[in-house]
Amino acid sequence: MDLRYSEADLAFQKELREWLADVLPGLPAKPDPDDWPARREFDLGWQRTLFDAGYAGVNWPTEFGGRGATLTEQLIYLEETTRAGAPYIGTNFVGMLHAGPTVMAEATPEQKAFHLPRILKGEEIWCQGFSEPGAGSDLASLSCKAFRDGDHYVVTGQKIWTSFAQVADWCELLVRTGPPLGEGVSKHKGITWLICPMDLPGIEIRPLRTIVGSTEFSEVFFDEVRVPVSQRVGDENDGWRIAMVTFSFERGTGFISDLVETDRMITELVHLAKLVTRRSGTAWDDIALRREVGEMQAQMDAVWAMTKRNLAQAERNGIPGVGGSVLKLYYSELLQRLTDVAMRLLGRAGLAREDLGTLPNGAFVEERLRSTSFTIAAGTSQIQRNIVAERILGLPKDK
Amino acid sequence: MDFELTDDQVALQEGVRTFCTGRFPIDVVRDMEQTGGLDRGRWSELAEMGVFSLRLSEDDGGVGLGMADAVLAFEELGRAIVPGPLVWTHLAAGLIEGAATGEVVVTGIERGDQSNLIEYPDHVDVVLVVDGEGVWRVDRSAMELAPVTLPLDPLVPVGRIVGTGLPQGEQVLDAVGAARFVREGAVLTSALLLGISSAATDLSVAFSKERVQFGRPIGQFQALKHLMADMVVRTEVARGAVYAAGVTIDDPVVGSVPRAVAAAKLTAGQAAVENAKTSVQVHGGMGYTWEVDAHLHLKRAYVLDAVFGDRDACAEQMADLLDAAIA
Repeated sequence: MDLRYSEADLAFQKELREWLADVLPGLPAKPDPDDWPARREFDLGWQRTLFDAGYAGVNWPTEFGGRGATLTEQLIYLEETTRAGAPYIGTNFVGMLHAGPTVMAEATPEQKAFHLPRILKGEEIWCQGFSEPGAGSDLASLSCKAFRDGDHYVVTGQKIWTSFAQVADWCELLVRTGPPLGEGVSKHKGITWLICPMDLPGIEIRPLRTIVGSTEFSEVFFDEVRVPVSQRVGDENDGWRIAMVTFSFERGTGFISDLVETDRMITELVHLAKLVTRRSGTAWDDIALRREVGEMQAQMDAVWAMTKRNLAQAERNGIPGVGGSVLKLYYSELLQRLTDVAMRLLGRAGLAREDLGTLPNGAFVEERLRSTSFTIAAGTSQIQRNIVAERILGLPKDK
Repeated sequence: MDFELTDDQVALQEGVRTFCTGRFPIDVVRDMEQTGGLDRGRWSELAEMGVFSLRLSEDDGGVGLGMADAVLAFEELGRAIVPGPLVWTHLAAGLIEGAATGEVVVTGIERGDQSNLIEYPDHVDVVLVVDGEGVWRVDRSAMELAPVTLPLDPLVPVGRIVGTGLPQGEQVLDAVGAARFVREGAVLTSALLLGISSAATDLSVAFSKERVQFGRPIGQFQALKHLMADMVVRTEVARGAVYAAGVTIDDPVVGSVPRAVAAAKLTAGQAAVENAKTSVQVHGGMGYTWEVDAHLHLKRAYVLDAVFGDRDACAEQMADLLDAAIA
């Protein structure tokens, strides 16, 4: 067991740090969260900046234009970019972390040659058309249907929780090409993975307002949308297996920047506690609060160490150790506890979402609301517990 | 960076596990209640296995391994709930003649500990006393111990210091050495706790696959599955911290030793106590009995959680370190 960064790792870290210090001050101001065209432009611009400097797709293999970095280098990349306050992956998320890796693994040479360079260079945005109103945790029961008409699939149905749909060029779309769900029909067979252009006639996007008040995701309606058969990834009715490939990428290094962010937020919490006046001193003089924060930091350090073990195991055998489910379960609840403590500290200053000038209330209230999604998105905590119980402990399935 | 066990470390882990399964199966461990929690013959076997001399240099008759290796061995001892003052005697190797070879049994106490309890009173030869100035040697014969008839853990008997109290003793380490001694004790104890949290999980999972209610194994019910999934999460998170603390002690350039130690002790204590409690719950009525091993995990978890920095002390230390890092 060795926790030392190699000379090469340290050199990579230094080079990246210097580059970030050089490039970040010159970035345009972050756009308003509800100004979607501006967000698209900002995120694509950052992606292009990364590409030009050779940092686009650190986790992508070199044969597809990525940096082909080791997992340790990916860890350093995520640590350094998060700590330096570099832009988040934003609307490039689905392209870089979901659709891109899936295309690499499963698509035709033509599809790869078309999409992968564009994603890397910041020339196209993707969204995800997986969940439906009737297919959330039970994703395989999706019913958005597609039938073959000559060289096209004709798609009719509805998707939901589709992040960035307003500005996406492409959608990784799961449709039911097999027989409709019913007695004797396997729900896992009969799903197909399509690359759907978002400018086709018949697509309607209705943004949903989130708990934070923003329009982060949308409902997407498909009314006899004609998607060319050439846009299919993998075989017809083999889409569930391909979707599982997508998830395995998500559960790899996908959560690490959230982890770095949570770590940073504990420090912010201490700063907040030092500003909140209590009796003759500040909240940070309160031993109960100090213990609570100390405990969260201990847990944070521990989960960070576990992540390094997961990466070491993944580096050795390609399978991420006890995996992303354990990681996600732990840090999502830790983050929620942390932001809860922050609300307690803010007291009535938490009634305002914009900064009052006295306490850093805005960021903490925003994070409290936003963190409620962490135990829901990408597999709820309840689904993650089922995964841990069944796949790690081998407990019998509940059927 | 490769935070995974080397082949040698895997071999060490497997070796100690096989040794524990062979020489300390649960019925043997349970029988040790009759002999004051310790059997000198088996204690010598632990010494021969290198449990106490693991980190002594080969010139000093040891194995010359590091803390990261010792952590793996102690995790296995914890898993088997091997009784005896394993951590104190290991720390005493090199300080107290005969500790490394198992001839002298060493336990210890922090000066000012209001409990005044000394573990394994029938067997201990030397008591190490830790305070702010150093570590001090007191011979068992120099103190008077009153028996405690009802120890919490039946395998960890205790005696209460009476008479003239705890002697000053003869100094064996200075203040700096004492601080290091306590940190090492905390890491080894967290390794024992890690083994217990893992054993509690295994016991619950095995039971829930066998036990049938409402026509199916209870492990099929989500209410129980989720309890056990949380046991895995706590164990694996603690494992990260405990292994990292071992590595950091061996190679302090990779991080802050006090911080790594506090994180390990806190999360391992949490994992062991919470998992043992959950195990009792998963076992239902049987979990409340003396017959099922769940209570042994719970009791040992409390015994170990209370030494070398309890969870409150670790949390406070983390806050102090966080404060210092920010300032």
